[in-house]
Amino acid sequence: MLLALILALGGTMLLQQAYTPKLGLDLAGGTTVTLSPVTQNGTSPPEEILDRAVNIIRTRVNGTGISDAEVAKSGDNIIISIPGVGQNEAIQLVATTAELRFRQVLAMQATQIPQELATNAPTPAASPSATGSAKPSTEQSAKPTQSAGTPAPSASPTGKALSSALTAPTPSAQPSATQTGQQQGKKDQNAKATPTASPSAQVSTPPMQDPNAGIDTQGIDPAVLKQFQALDCTDPKKRGQGVQDDPAKQFAACETDGSYKYVLDVAKVVGTDIDTASAGVQQGTTEWIVQLDFKSKGAGAWSDLTTKAYNSQEPRNKVAVVLDGVVITAPNIISPIPGGRAEITGGFNQASATALADQLKYGALPLKFNRSSVDTVSSTLGQDQLRGGLIAGIIGLALVLVYCLFYYRGLGIVAVLSLVVATVITYTSVVVLGTNANFRLSLPHIIGLVVSIGITADSFIVYFERIRDEMKEGRRTLRAAVEVAWVRARRTILIADAVMFIAAIVLYFLAVGGVAGFAFAMGLTTLIDVVVVFLFTKPFIAVLAKLKFFAKGHPLSGLDAERMSETSTAKRTTTPQEA
Amino acid sequence: MGLARRLYRGEIDVDFVGKWRLWYSLSGLLLIVSLAGLLINGLNLGVEFKGGNVFSFSAPSASIETVRETFREEGVHQPIVQTAGNRWRVTTETLSEGTTNQVQTAISKTYGVPADQVDIQSIGASWGGEVSNKAWIGLAVFMLAIILYLSMAFEPKMALAAIVALIHDLVITAGVYAWSGFEVTPATLLGFLTILGYSLYDAVVVFDMIKEVTAKLGHTSKMTYSMAANNALNHTLIRSLNTSLVAILPVAAILFIGTTLLGAGTLKDLSLALFVGMIVGTYSSLCVATPLLVTLKEREPKYQAIAKRLASTGGGKKGSKSAAVANG
Repeated sequence: MLLALILALGGTMLLQQAYTPKLGLDLAGGTTVTLSPVTQNGTSPPEEILDRAVNIIRTRVNGTGISDAEVAKSGDNIIISIPGVGQNEAIQLVATTAELRFRQVLAMQATQIPQELATNAPTPAASPSATGSAKPSTEQSAKPTQSAGTPAPSASPTGKALSSALTAPTPSAQPSATQTGQQQGKKDQNAKATPTASPSAQVSTPPMQDPNAGIDTQGIDPAVLKQFQALDCTDPKKRGQGVQDDPAKQFAACETDGSYKYVLDVAKVVGTDIDTASAGVQQGTTEWIVQLDFKSKGAGAWSDLTTKAYNSQEPRNKVAVVLDGVVITAPNIISPIPGGRAEITGGFNQASATALADQLKYGALPLKFNRSSVDTVSSTLGQDQLRGGLIAGIIGLALVLVYCLFYYRGLGIVAVLSLVVATVITYTSVVVLGTNANFRLSLPHIIGLVVSIGITADSFIVYFERIRDEMKEGRRTLRAAVEVAWVRARRTILIADAVMFIAAIVLYFLAVGGVAGFAFAMGLTTLIDVVVVFLFTKPFIAVLAKLKFFAKGHPLSGLDAERMSETSTAKRTTTPQEA
Repeated sequence: MGLARRLYRGEIDVDFVGKWRLWYSLSGLLLIVSLAGLLINGLNLGVEFKGGNVFSFSAPSASIETVRETFREEGVHQPIVQTAGNRWRVTTETLSEGTTNQVQTAISKTYGVPADQVDIQSIGASWGGEVSNKAWIGLAVFMLAIILYLSMAFEPKMALAAIVALIHDLVITAGVYAWSGFEVTPATLLGFLTILGYSLYDAVVVFDMIKEVTAKLGHTSKMTYSMAANNALNHTLIRSLNTSLVAILPVAAILFIGTTLLGAGTLKDLSLALFVGMIVGTYSSLCVATPLLVTLKEREPKYQAIAKRLASTGGGKKGSKSAAVANG
């Protein structure tokens, strides 16, 4: 069984051609940024808002073109790991506050996305999410999705979704919502080329070659118009994710998936005007919708904004929702919306509706990202630390081995071999975890592993001492003693390991920074210890017990008569077990 | 017979439980000294708790004065310069992004170090508070989990004794830090938390034996709870010393490497806390946890009755002696 485990781990290593563990940035060199998100009034943010913030940061980091950067949540913090050095500007960008604004659309244009980019668009086919930022939440899952090569239609409801007042649904507007919604629901690729598929009276010209074709430039700041024309939304890195838009100015922005670009009016309503947002199924239908409630102050402004948009012509009848510099959705306004409640409909499924609602909720509570710590480690220091950790590990292992051999003699060999087996399993586990679960070995891990040598050796000592106890009683043969001692030692080992494991789990889940790594290593080695003691040490000793060398108590076996002392009298005396 | 030989053969009989007054006063004294240290000196908190920047670079040609001068020229008020090997580690107050870059450039120019070989760590002022908050929560959750687990695996009184010994270890380790002025970093906190696991590991081994031995105490037994516990303790003494030694060896290796090769850093901070904590932990599992458990248990009517009966027949002390020797 043990052999099977080692073979399985070793085989995985062979198959994946990965023989060395992946190293963390403190060993390989790089910058680690720890951001502590706080709300505007300084409290720590709720879980769902934090998840949203992680997604936003991830999108920003990917947008800056830093390769191999990783963004992860750790407790209340967001940790960004950037390999290599000299990324100061990127770090600065990454830590800006992401805000949400509502802006009336002044002009819009479809962009041609090159086919390969569209294919690579990281929109999981399973969840045509309303947002480009809703990328697969982990790197691991991103890879399979992309490599699947399914040309995922960028099925964002943006531009098609209609907004209607819950309080006053206009019957005439409803059909149009359904119509466009269905188109979207079918993920009709053509919908993209016909942005004005809604049965509006306005006949719009699908913009193609002439930069200003089909654009009503009236009321647009020429400078913003220039920016708009220069805007290249086809490149995910140039879509302006993370740009701080001034709410008092007009703004040119891309759709998150790059399918459209917009000229947007000043922001009349901002994210903090939102009271709450939720996804749900519309009554009497099976259609997913997003409901939006404004605070009293926002409600008036929202009413004005929607009335103005409603009275405008395509495409100015749309209100764009801009989050973190990009348009996440731009629904048509099909009626003025007083009363501070709004509904966004059209082509949502559960995932996309929830995603949009989450983004709106995030906008209601924008987070500031405090830079808690920025840690740059050059590759030379990283190598020094790695070397130091390894040397310490080797010295520690050697000391323990020497001590075991010195004290337990023959039995010490069992300890040595057990430790070797444990080391092999640990190494292969770390490599396999590195390749398959993106586990990166960092300095705290190494320390955890080295410190754990002691725990592993402790288990053997507990067992050996038990065997000697049994032998001292003098009434058992070695073979019997090995079995009886095992029953007793097993319980002690399990309880002691359980205590270590509880410690590891508590440390892991309440961890800040490197603590998690250390705790992980401790937990892993505790498990490996149990495996090795049960599947290797015990059976191995049972085999040795049959050998004459041990059974007869050779002076070098660690089980000699001198060692056991007073074996003859021990038979008659009270032992603790019999007290 | 020499001590080493007796240890090797497991023939040792120390009256740990009987000397409880000695241990209690010793521990009491250590606790008072530690608490006094914490109150008077306080802990020397690292830059991670106060906020600031740490620059680390390798420049064989530099001296403490020149390094300090380089930092002062860039407008850094209080650079703390440390050295390990030929690496310099300079701790400063919180600097702006611009100043940080200037300092980096200045180091690069002055000592001919490529800019990307200058390691910079900048820590916000609120970071340390967050780290220590988490540590406190971790401590509380851990203790609760352990009390529950040990109460189930053993019994509530053993859990209580183990936890008291644990707090004893933590306070004394913190006291060592307060008096010695060793820097406390997040890695040190991590070490403190890990001590919890070790301190208990030892106690678990001892308690397991005590449980086994005392389970057989009845109306006719010739031993009080104290004697039985002391017996068990002596019985596991070799095991306790061996397990502690084996646990400390790798930690000592890390401490050695961390101090000599790398200077200040995670390796040293963590292993130092572990090293101090493990030594205190070994002492406490033998001399604090068990006597405390005995004090608690001897109050139970069942064991009081045994103690009374043995005291009246005068078979108490002698009985324990002979039994212990025979066990050896």
